[in-house]
Amino acid sequence: MTLQTTSPLRRKRRPTTGLLFLAPFGLLFIFVFIIPILYSAYISLFQNKLIGGQSFVGLDNYVRLFKDPQFYDGAIRVVVFTAIQVPIMLLCAILLALAVDSLRLHGTRFFRIVVFLPYAVPAIVSTLMWGFMLGIRYGLIGNLNDALGTRFDPFAPETTMASIGIMVTWGFTGYNMLIFYAALRAIPRELYEAAAIDGATEMQVVRNIKLPALRGSLTVTVIFSIIGTFQLFNEPNILSSLVSNSGITSYYTPNLYAYTLAFTGSQQGYAAALALVMAAFTIVIAYIVQIRGMKNAFDK
Amino acid sequence: MLSTSSRAARRPTLHTVENPRKSPLMTFFVGLFALYCLLPMVWLLINATKSQTDFVSTFGLAFGGELALWDNIVGVFTFQDGIFARWLLNTVMYVVVGALVSTFLAALGGYALAKHNFFGKKAFLLVVLGSISVPGIALAIPQFLLFAQMGLTNTPWAVLIPSFINPFGLYLMWVYSSDAVPNALIEAARIDGAKEFRIFWQIALPMLAPATVTVLLFSFVSIWNNYFLPLIMLKDPAWYPLTIGINQWNKLGSTAGNGELIQNLVITASLITIVPLIIAFLCLQRYWQSGLALGAVKD
Repeated sequence: MTLQTTSPLRRKRRPTTGLLFLAPFGLLFIFVFIIPILYSAYISLFQNKLIGGQSFVGLDNYVRLFKDPQFYDGAIRVVVFTAIQVPIMLLCAILLALAVDSLRLHGTRFFRIVVFLPYAVPAIVSTLMWGFMLGIRYGLIGNLNDALGTRFDPFAPETTMASIGIMVTWGFTGYNMLIFYAALRAIPRELYEAAAIDGATEMQVVRNIKLPALRGSLTVTVIFSIIGTFQLFNEPNILSSLVSNSGITSYYTPNLYAYTLAFTGSQQGYAAALALVMAAFTIVIAYIVQIRGMKNAFDK
Repeated sequence: MLSTSSRAARRPTLHTVENPRKSPLMTFFVGLFALYCLLPMVWLLINATKSQTDFVSTFGLAFGGELALWDNIVGVFTFQDGIFARWLLNTVMYVVVGALVSTFLAALGGYALAKHNFFGKKAFLLVVLGSISVPGIALAIPQFLLFAQMGLTNTPWAVLIPSFINPFGLYLMWVYSSDAVPNALIEAARIDGAKEFRIFWQIALPMLAPATVTVLLFSFVSIWNNYFLPLIMLKDPAWYPLTIGINQWNKLGSTAGNGELIQNLVITASLITIVPLIIAFLCLQRYWQSGLALGAVKD
């Protein structure tokens, strides 16, 4: 994101006013963002020993983390999940945005609202709804299995992640769709008229005018989606008590693992190290996506 | 584009860029996706009308033998001495206080960033924008430990204070202020001798109204739906928001096995939780789009 301000007013009399206005946000920001992160880095250098309590261990927590198979298990799971779910969701969002923007749907307004509606539903409610619906005990899949004589279980260990994918895609496709749609609406309408006069087909308009206009918002949505899915926590946390034998372990995702370590295992130092490594990893990935996005924009 | 088919010739509707021919096929595919979006909510609505016995025994998308919606609502508000009403009030309190304070701070800060010059402005913006990509958990663990040392955990402050900071809101307000508030107007007010805060409050803030509503809405949804932060900060059910309370109820029946099964209440409570949000969405939907447009196109 580039800094884009109309040149601020030059004021010589009271240059402190701006600082004063920013102070409430700035001080609270330091209190809830900066200090916790620094504190996190500090406690990640300590371990809670049975004898002697908190003791300084240097980078031991980080060394241990890179040898921890449970950490890798969760980290690989969310990376694979991200690599599959994010492209599917964003592709759906782009197609929906193109469809809504084309004005060729019967009931454009209705679809725009309906697709965005799931964003209003809290993760707990969406997980409960999908958990019950896809569950084989009370749910629709249970009804289906009874009718067809099959034994398909969406929450068997090998299918649980796919079911979580269905929930996450449900919740966030509409949000991303609206971002793409907003970018499409910003295209000057005269371009379409010019294209129509030149005899361009609809596919040519999509490929040469609409898709290039989506580049910027694609970078934004990819970054936000990656940040979101790397933090996967609510759905597996809620599902683990909703369905049995789903294969959801206490280290199913890195966030779930950090939560377990910090709040049931009282290994805050190790949990802090894990959270910081995931944060660094997330920021690096987001940065790479942004650089690539910018490069693409320059190549154009 | 004009069609040369005989049908178009008979019907003189002009299909222009602004009014293209409708496509049934496209409508069908988007309709399938809309079905995916609506199905869980239809399911929730239907099952909120069923008694616990009907919920367990009847087909998921069919109504039960009796219409138990009112009984369920009464049940939700009377179960465990009516603690649900307390959770609802807690959530409303967290949302109202959190959304108002965070939006005000974002507006004040965003306006200052756009219209005032001061030392360290660029660096501050970069840090705030960078903070958007820090995962919640990396903050939540140290926040919990710090708040515990200050005696703030298990109080409403533990949920409220982190919700006061909305980096994305600050970004939106900054982008919007730089365009929407003319510098000449601020300069004129200064010449008339208006104090800086009065200029912000009486001149700039009304001009920032569209962005303010957008930031309020985003805060409203994110605080209403907040799960992780209250989960770690609160142990006392009296301070729970709805999201944690519902999960607590859901665990009652499913974990122990011999607990009282109250899925009908869990489902009705879920419905009651999302109704205010759905209403807010439908009434204020144009602000969603303008807000997302600001965030996405302006980069």
